Amino acid sequence: MAQEATASGIATDPGPKTEAGNQTITLDRVVIRFAGDSGDGMQVAGARFTDASAAFGNDLATLPSFPAEIRAPAGTLPGVSSFQVQIADFDILTAGDAPDCLVAMNPAALQKNLADLRSGGTLIVNTEAFDERNLAKAGYEKNPLEDQSLAGYRVIEVPMESLTKEAVKDSGVSGRDVLRSKNFLALGLLAWLFSRPTEPTIEWAEAKFKNKPQVAAANVAAFKAGYNFGITTEATKVTFEVKAAQLPPGTYTNVTGNTSLAWGLIAAARAADLPLFYGTYPITPASDILHELSKHKNFGVKTFQAEDEIAAIGSVVGAAFAGNLAVTGSSGPGIALKSEGISLAFQTELPLIVVNVQRGGPSTGLPTKPEQSDLLSAIYGRHGESPLPVIAAASPSDAFLTAVEAARIALKYMTPVILLSDNHIANGSEPWLLPDLDKLPDISVPFATVSNTSNGFLPYLRDFDTFARPWAIPGTPGLEHRLGGLEKESNTGNVSYDPANHQLMTDSRAWKVANIANDIPGVEVARGDRDTDGDLLVLGWGSTYGTIRAAVRRCRLDGIPIDQAHLRHLNPFPANLGEVLARYERVLIPELNTGHLLRLIRAEYLVPATGLHKVAGVPFHISEIETKIHSMLGETRS
Amino acid sequence: MTTVTAPVEVGHSRADFQTDQEVRWCPGCGDYTVLASVQNFLATVDRPREQFVFVSGIGCSSRFPYYVNTYGMHSIHGRAPAIATGISTTRPDLSVWVVTGDGDALSIGGNHLIHALRRNVNLKILLFNNQIYGLTKGQYSPTSEEGKRTKSSPVGSIDHPFNPVSLALGAEASFVARTLDMDRNHTTEILQAAYEHKGSAFIEIYQNCNVFNDKAFIQLTGKEERVHNRINLEHGKPVTFGPGDEKAVVLDGAEAKVVDTASVEPSRILVHDETRPNPAVAFSLSRLSHGPYGPTPLGIFRRVSRPTYEDQLEHQVAESIAKKGPGDLATLIRSQGTWTVGQNGHSNGANGSNGAR
Repeated sequence: MAQEATASGIATDPGPKTEAGNQTITLDRVVIRFAGDSGDGMQVAGARFTDASAAFGNDLATLPSFPAEIRAPAGTLPGVSSFQVQIADFDILTAGDAPDCLVAMNPAALQKNLADLRSGGTLIVNTEAFDERNLAKAGYEKNPLEDQSLAGYRVIEVPMESLTKEAVKDSGVSGRDVLRSKNFLALGLLAWLFSRPTEPTIEWAEAKFKNKPQVAAANVAAFKAGYNFGITTEATKVTFEVKAAQLPPGTYTNVTGNTSLAWGLIAAARAADLPLFYGTYPITPASDILHELSKHKNFGVKTFQAEDEIAAIGSVVGAAFAGNLAVTGSSGPGIALKSEGISLAFQTELPLIVVNVQRGGPSTGLPTKPEQSDLLSAIYGRHGESPLPVIAAASPSDAFLTAVEAARIALKYMTPVILLSDNHIANGSEPWLLPDLDKLPDISVPFATVSNTSNGFLPYLRDFDTFARPWAIPGTPGLEHRLGGLEKESNTGNVSYDPANHQLMTDSRAWKVANIANDIPGVEVARGDRDTDGDLLVLGWGSTYGTIRAAVRRCRLDGIPIDQAHLRHLNPFPANLGEVLARYERVLIPELNTGHLLRLIRAEYLVPATGLHKVAGVPFHISEIETKIHSMLGETRS
Repeated sequence: MTTVTAPVEVGHSRADFQTDQEVRWCPGCGDYTVLASVQNFLATVDRPREQFVFVSGIGCSSRFPYYVNTYGMHSIHGRAPAIATGISTTRPDLSVWVVTGDGDALSIGGNHLIHALRRNVNLKILLFNNQIYGLTKGQYSPTSEEGKRTKSSPVGSIDHPFNPVSLALGAEASFVARTLDMDRNHTTEILQAAYEHKGSAFIEIYQNCNVFNDKAFIQLTGKEERVHNRINLEHGKPVTFGPGDEKAVVLDGAEAKVVDTASVEPSRILVHDETRPNPAVAFSLSRLSHGPYGPTPLGIFRRVSRPTYEDQLEHQVAESIAKKGPGDLATLIRSQGTWTVGQNGHSNGANGSNGAR
């Protein structure tokens, strides 16, 4: 049984004491947060710790957090960057609510993160950063290392700068580069404290800095120095280990959502037997999809960094007309700019995918923080009657198959599809059990090559089953036709202002999209080990999946019979959703917005669902959802 | 799906490029003449009809694709160069044309135009410049002259206009030309040269809007006026014009100037060279008039060779395949390091170097 229900890691084995009186405690899980200046290399340190743990066999989940500024002033609160990872010996679902161990590279990092550290947790501080200047920048009047304010934590004080200088002195790095290795020193100490294998990190540094051997040597030296600091100084009498998790057999990799989405698009193009075209404009947090795809031209992938968001969607409309699997990606502000182009694709009934990696809004908002506040704009945010299929990824690895599904719908139904991700999925990572690629569906759709009537080609003659129009691409003899934004006459595609025709075409386009409900799996309800429905259904979509599942699991451990359902398809909804919702008296919909899915569900099914809303730029804590479930059941029971 | 429409024999008549759609421009519109010039030109090209794509934005001229029996798209305001870029970069086998107007290309779509030109995407861009918004019924455009009184500028426009040729040269377009709707022979010559050019070809077509801006180009089309004002640029020839070539263009420092031919040594007269790598002289020629109000050059200002966007992209794809081999998805998803969990549910550790990122 999963044990995430506890507030902190459970000591499953107190462990033997060593001769020196040291003790290794075995935990089922631990949450670690690296925090420092955005130039301190915390993301690298976190990623290395993660990969070493993944290789060791832990289950894990990560949550990076960084400022929108590339280099905010050093030592200040806005400049703090952090990386949280939870590792466990069982299948976990989130990066954890509260860290058990916090690494604070400077006072600002401590100031910003200490409140989250669970009481009694381990705090590793870089003492040499706690000078007057840095303390002032972080808003400390007194040095917290010297008053008693940290008494409730297990504090490990490390003079990281002098240790790093000493460690790297023979490596050949000099000047400012010397202290750049201090993240590896911290990492080394963590590797000792949590009994991590050292080889993956050393191998990584040597491979990564193959062309800068002195940097590789400095990082390895600092890493070893950190590890040895733990051993030789007996920094703490207690170290920890988290045993490997029991996971389904197979080959795993650790993947972020942006990477798996990019790979999913490549997989979709292969499954569709089409070349992939990705036209986009740089925007946080979607740019990594472009970065990843632009590396893979040997797959025939063409990436186009357009002059603006509008050109990006324009290029994609053109590429779709020309016969590509055409994809654009952006985030809220960019998607808003694309909306006219998306409507053109809708009117011309061309297949393409619009990826929206959501971030905090409105306007520039919180570019590096997660939010689910673009759902209503995805569904309604265009002019005219222009319903589009909308689907959402639920986790970093899920983005892979979500991309394939977006392509399937787009091609089969000749329509733009909106694929929603968010910053949590995009930059978070998790182990991914690699799929059997031979089992990907064949989503290819043949181009029209011959005329569809004896009197010539009709570009808007719809398929009887799907209502899709034929896809005849330029270069095909005899099928020359003109598309356009003006209303099309049914069948011929000629410009038409006829009232009855506009009604017919509006209805046909809407029906085409609505009918997709019959071509997607019904929503599945997870009931745990019960066969009967529980007292409450928690319905979610997108990146809240892991948190909701963890909260549901905790409630079940408390004996509360509740169920969970998570939607990938948000327009249209699965055909059975109304029937499922009708079975429950209580439905809870937690979202990182002010209730978008909630409104849709209430409007569509007239059910009295309850929302749980958070728009704080951070994911839900498991406990927040858990508390809401308790209160909903408490209220109705009393 | 039973019959095949017989492919058209390669461009033989204008009729092959006409559609069954009624052409709905105002009677007397210059667009009719340009349409006829383009259709006639296409009929002379040894290329199958299905390999042409015409993409337009919004405006009177942007109805153009509906009337040309090739592949086409009447898209959204200003975005035709972006859409055409998506077509051409993924399908370099096609001949992709953009039809646009002064409002479409220079106002709402200005950004896309300059970026298509700087990238040298293999597009043939026909900018119908009538110096007015026609479809929205008569507002001033980004090429309307200062002081122009229109519905939206009742006491005169205070917008300084673009000179489209100067703009295209500023964006370092590899082919820049100007022609006139009424002069079908000249238009055809320019179309031919643009078609043969590899890369972006920008053609400004002075086009008369007889409803909202009639006779805007009278200085170049009027019987009396044109002989004094048309400067025909011809590659390799001295730039002279007017009755008996009484006027000539010389370079005075960085500036092109009109002088009396008799007043200068013949060797001082500028000899037109389309192929100068530096667009400065062509730009200077484009400044001889800021609009069609006096002596105005027509013809090809610039024609230089530089790699097209499509060729470079194809080259990168080919090079990537040559270097790494054709993409293998199974390898890709393992490229960040993997570990294997055995039947006992426990990790067997990293497979190979976990640091291959």
